Amino acid sequence: MSDFLLARAQMALSLGFHIIFAAVGLSLPLFMVLAEWGYRRTGDRACLVLAQRWATGTAILFAIGAISGTVLSFELGLLWPGFMHHAGGLIGMPFSLEGFAFFTEAIFLGIYLYGRDRVSPRAHLFSAVVVAASGAASAFFVVLANNWMNGPTGFRLADGRPVDVDPLAAMFSPGWQDQVTHAILASYLATAAAVTAIHAFLLLRDPGEPGHGHHQRFHHRALGIALGVLCVSAVLQPLTGHRLGQVTARRQPVKLAAMEAHFHSERRAPSRLLGVPDLERHVTRYTVEIPGMLSLLAHDRLDAEVKGLLEFPRADWPPVAVVHYAFQLMVGSGTALMGLGLLGAVVAAQRWRRRRRSGGDPAAGWPRWLLWLLVGGGPLGFLALEAGWVVTEVGRQPWIIQGVMRTREAVTPTQGLGARFAVFTGIYVILGVVAAVMLARHVAAARHLRLDDDGGA
Amino acid sequence: VTWPVVTLGAVMLGGLVLYALLGGADFGGGLWDLLASGPRQGRQRELIAHAIGPVWEANHVWLILVIVVLFVGFPPAFAEISVRLHVPLTALLVAIVLRGAAFTFRAYDPLASQHPAAVRRWGRVFSMASIAGPLLLGMIVGALAQGAGTPARAALSGLWLGPFPLVVGLFTLALFGLVSAVYLTVEAEPDDPELAADFRDRALAAAVAVGLLALATFGLAAQHAPLVRDGLTRRAWSLPLHLLTGATAMAVIATLWRRRYAWARRAVVMQASGIVLGWGASQFPFIAVPDLTLDGTAGPRRMQELLAWALAAGFVVLVPSLIYLFRVFKAGPRHREP
Repeated sequence: MSDFLLARAQMALSLGFHIIFAAVGLSLPLFMVLAEWGYRRTGDRACLVLAQRWATGTAILFAIGAISGTVLSFELGLLWPGFMHHAGGLIGMPFSLEGFAFFTEAIFLGIYLYGRDRVSPRAHLFSAVVVAASGAASAFFVVLANNWMNGPTGFRLADGRPVDVDPLAAMFSPGWQDQVTHAILASYLATAAAVTAIHAFLLLRDPGEPGHGHHQRFHHRALGIALGVLCVSAVLQPLTGHRLGQVTARRQPVKLAAMEAHFHSERRAPSRLLGVPDLERHVTRYTVEIPGMLSLLAHDRLDAEVKGLLEFPRADWPPVAVVHYAFQLMVGSGTALMGLGLLGAVVAAQRWRRRRRSGGDPAAGWPRWLLWLLVGGGPLGFLALEAGWVVTEVGRQPWIIQGVMRTREAVTPTQGLGARFAVFTGIYVILGVVAAVMLARHVAAARHLRLDDDGGA
Repeated sequence: VTWPVVTLGAVMLGGLVLYALLGGADFGGGLWDLLASGPRQGRQRELIAHAIGPVWEANHVWLILVIVVLFVGFPPAFAEISVRLHVPLTALLVAIVLRGAAFTFRAYDPLASQHPAAVRRWGRVFSMASIAGPLLLGMIVGALAQGAGTPARAALSGLWLGPFPLVVGLFTLALFGLVSAVYLTVEAEPDDPELAADFRDRALAAAVAVGLLALATFGLAAQHAPLVRDGLTRRAWSLPLHLLTGATAMAVIATLWRRRYAWARRAVVMQASGIVLGWGASQFPFIAVPDLTLDGTAGPRRMQELLAWALAAGFVVLVPSLIYLFRVFKAGPRHREP
């Protein structure tokens, strides 16, 4: 591999790894707040234990995310000094504000985790809310910076150097609302699907005695919260995705064409499900076309023209197949999760009605087939998140800043990236194993929960 | 030199002071974890873990803040330093990663009591990485002060391995060890005066090492970092600052000797701040000697102004939060967890 490809591989590995922990670090605190709030409202100790357990999970993943995030802030310079040289000042506002959001999250997570006996209950709940809010703010700012790379604004180029810099215009480059909401919802959705799957699995493995079992109540509460977040975010996500698609059609038509494997400009352009793009013959085979759908989605009109890849010089094409497959994967996983979320909501509503009529144990009777489906849906959220990230990043290639700087111009002139790539791959393997083992042990320990005493969490 | 440049430079230096005082203490904890010995070995390690637990992530963010201000406010300097010093920077990252992973494993493993061997192994990783961190950090600082890798990028590797960066690295390690040991005396004292005495001995040894290495750094600077040496000796504020730092160093030793730990903590905070500020001020206006200055690498003026305001706004949120964090965990007598 050339040093250029090694640099890209290292960045992709780092970001692909970090995005998982960043997503959980932003979303799990929301679950924690909901559980803590549920405890305040109902006094159910199951909620309290749940909040504690999710907090420990947050702590593990946040620590790993903080480390991989530190690595990233250095890697920006170690791998892409050309990019930082020109763009450092332009995307500086969101990055510096993100630093503060991260700081705030770290501080209040420390207070929430270690301070239950040291601060008032109100201050404790408040710190949980601050953790969730600053986690979302972090994501907000980072995605703003990424949005700028997709549609750079707030400067003028003179001799290849940015002049007349307007950092606020650069911070809020057009389309920011849509990319930010799409990314944050994706994080909630991914985490919700994974958490739902874990609790569904634990409930399947160990259904407990019918009628009494704190075990059941615990997982019942967890499923209620996680399934709720899953359902809401899965239903909203296609809407934000649609809006982001329209932004992409305007500012990165070649990315949209690659997503849809759309070669020839046409009116009534179809949307393509599946399909294998053939770059030599300029056709997409084995695909199911929905006539006019792409025109409608991208421009709100059936007979609007959608530009095809052939409108653009070949040197400006992203890797079409990768982008197209990733897009299919994202949409497919998201749709499956939406179905799952709605199904879960219907079942939950039925159970609630039945219980109101006949009384009985609120925790009993999640149908096993539904639990199995939820377990199966567990990885889909993260699959969609990673695939969506591939769509936006690979879809922007060969540019690191759309239309302004090519990725190749930004790479470091230093040699020996192979050794560094090996070192960092090793690091991520270690971190990944640590995180996986810790979480597995954490989840396994749920078996021995007692809700009547301090939870042992 | 414009006001945003000076402000941002001051924020970076201030961030480094705080990183030395807070993050440095956590690194130093790793050193004393490795050197834990005697009848109270286990309790020493316990105290260190307990002291670091709630605060280490927040403490670590100071370094990220400095990096972010550097790449936002002075993008060419960030890009250039990343290229020149990519080897020690990469090594520093490895140390930070291993240290964080090890600490996470030790702090949150629900089955820790069933796997004593694994816990010991991660403890070893934690302490080795905690020692490598300050060494590398100091070597990077030393390389910036002596002008590593200039003028040609090609000559970059190796220079950070020279005698001057090495001594600065050792100096940093000793300083972090000193800060950490003094804090630990305060944390240990209310419950366990014997444990406090353990850390008192360590702090005294570290204080002597800091003094010796300071002299060695100063001596080598004449040959390897003349600009910093001039800054340290020839400016109007040089002598008063050095006298003050020297006086606080004496005060640290005296208060430790008389077991006035709370006073020792105040004195060591002043000593460490004086050292970092002295270095920064003597290198001003250079980010890296001899060609990267604050002024010469400053980003667009408007960006710098906005960044300064953003930092001000950020600190309005950050400072009260931090004070709250340290009030909750570091004020008053330490309560043992049930």
